[in-house]
Amino acid sequence: MIELNYILIVSAVMMFAGIFGFLTRRSTLAILLSIELMLNATDLNFAAFNRFLFPGGHVGYFFALFSIAITAAESAIAIAIMINVYRQLKDISVGKLEKMKW
Amino acid sequence: MDSYNIMFVILAVLIVCASFATVLAKSVLRAAAYLFFALLGVAGMYFLMGYTFLGSVQVMVYCGGIVVLYVFAILLTRGAKDKLSENTKQKIFASALLSLTGLGAFVYAILKANLLHENLFRPEPLYAPSEEATISINTIGRHMLSTDVNGYLLPFEAVSVLLLACIVAALVIARKR
Repeated sequence: MIELNYILIVSAVMMFAGIFGFLTRRSTLAILLSIELMLNATDLNFAAFNRFLFPGGHVGYFFALFSIAITAAESAIAIAIMINVYRQLKDISVGKLEKMKW
Repeated sequence: MDSYNIMFVILAVLIVCASFATVLAKSVLRAAAYLFFALLGVAGMYFLMGYTFLGSVQVMVYCGGIVVLYVFAILLTRGAKDKLSENTKQKIFASALLSLTGLGAFVYAILKANLLHENLFRPEPLYAPSEEATISINTIGRHMLSTDVNGYLLPFEAVSVLLLACIVAALVIARKR
């Protein structure tokens, strides 16, 4: 039988794979991909907690749903910013974004 | 071992392998392709838990929308040629050590916590979920647009305003000057 722990461990692996990518990547778009991994891990946790601990409830379910909508908005804005940065600087790796420093 | 367990193992292996491939792939375009499979695996998990609507939203928004958006952005910014990093070996090793330590701490905490035992509600087996455990479209619609204690009308409207602001902002930021 599948337990809550198994799903939590899968999502923890996903989360820390995302953190590893966030720390090592240089391209901003690759960093955004890692952030997507982390956000997905949290969504999976919300749904799993709701399903296993409160089978009649719906709070985690709706939290995951709204989280997906907000993530979509976030990545759309981030991609727009990166395309604009590419137009200005012709490079989107984090080492070259020194103009954004204050 | 029934079909639910087999499906869970397949999805878990898919998610873990695709996540590692996403952060280790040499080209960013490949990383986006691997991310697609990780997201599909998560959608499969939702289906396995009986949350069919959430799984469909995941497939539509993430796999159909966001990944395609990323692929377009990578191709537009010549990011496909980007390498994993110009980091030193030492930096990569430190990051890997940090991630593994965190993962170990998390897994230890999860296994120690015994979440199901101190729980007021009776845990239900994952297979053959009851009518109340899997949320129907009818219930989702009622909760989404009701204003009582269990209603989500305010976040619903807030998200609609957020998406409108997002559309306008994306147009303003990315337009040609």
